[in-house]
Amino acid sequence: MDALVNKKIKQVLKGDQNAFADIVSLYQHKLYQVCYRMLGNKQESEDIAQEAFVRAYMNLHTFDQKRKFATWLYRIATNLCIDRIRKKKPDYYLDAEVAGTEGLDMYSQIAADDQLPEEQIEQMELQDRIQYEIGRLPDKYRSVIVLKYIEELSLQEISEILDMPLGTVKTRIHRGREALRKQLNNL
Amino acid sequence: MNTCPEHIIDYIHDYLDGDISREHEQELKRHLHTCSDCKQLMQELSETIAFVKSASHITSPPHFEEAVMARLPKPKSRVGMQKWIRRHPLFVAAAVFCLFMSATLLGNFMDDRQFSVTKQPNLVVEGQTVIVPKGEVVKGDIIVKNGDLIVEGEVDGNVTVINGQYMASSAVVSGKIEEIDEVFEWLWYTIKNSVKSAVTFEDKQATK
Repeated sequence: MDALVNKKIKQVLKGDQNAFADIVSLYQHKLYQVCYRMLGNKQESEDIAQEAFVRAYMNLHTFDQKRKFATWLYRIATNLCIDRIRKKKPDYYLDAEVAGTEGLDMYSQIAADDQLPEEQIEQMELQDRIQYEIGRLPDKYRSVIVLKYIEELSLQEISEILDMPLGTVKTRIHRGREALRKQLNNL
Repeated sequence: MNTCPEHIIDYIHDYLDGDISREHEQELKRHLHTCSDCKQLMQELSETIAFVKSASHITSPPHFEEAVMARLPKPKSRVGMQKWIRRHPLFVAAAVFCLFMSATLLGNFMDDRQFSVTKQPNLVVEGQTVIVPKGEVVKGDIIVKNGDLIVEGEVDGNVTVINGQYMASSAVVSGKIEEIDEVFEWLWYTIKNSVKSAVTFEDKQATK
């Protein structure tokens, strides 16, 4: 597979844009899945996954063909997802009191998007429930858990994708597992 | 569980990562036999993993590939040019050299629009015209730039007129007479001169 991909990459670098379509078709499901599990929104995931391919195309000349292409691609996609998640985070504090009210903080203003009532969670289909629980994880744990248990990548690959030491990846997986366990136990 | 040694928790995680040594694994198993709290933690973590792993595979929406291809930038000729440049560095270096060389030479040519003449005694200058008066003998070369030269007397040397006219009636010039008007002639003259001076410089060095 790697030989095939490298051949396609060479064709693209020579100016054959159509060869890139083959690369997209090989990796589209993997990449879309990571984005979907990270972002939990179909439209956004499609947009980010497409963006990841476009960036890969534009920076293809920087890719070292001795390395694994999938790892490089995952790295572009996870970085884009993490950026997107950070941008979505509100830059105000939920604890801040809403102007003109007394004792009303921002918690009471937002729709209960993050935490659903218990009954509703219990009625969820299993697949929705999985996505919901993954989405509740802090993003630094979410990325490792998705890469490890949904993409089933090795710790070494995850460490390359996220550009962090193996030890950090392990710690995050441990804590991510623990956080998930607590989320599931709280019900 | 609060009384359990902390490294047991680490062992549980190492075990779940599939990254545990034999001794640690045996120690963990012995501990799990005696400690129901740890056993339950292990159980719950395994279930958590199974829960996440039961996520179904998600496939990208239809026409994803076409959408990506539509978003790619159109291949530009600029890219081809860059590639070509990268493949022929010597040629590019030569081209750049020629460009700069001709630029400086032409630049000099353009700057040299000013009238100038070699200083010699008994030359008469009237506006942009240099005259060697009748009966006078000029010893040495005369170079006139951007002006005319009229020789009525005698010149004992070479005469060069750049961008001007050489007029003589009954003149006696012992050396060469040159008139230079065109850019390329001027270029040729500059190159010839620099070579000549380089050679004479070497000759001088050699004679020393």
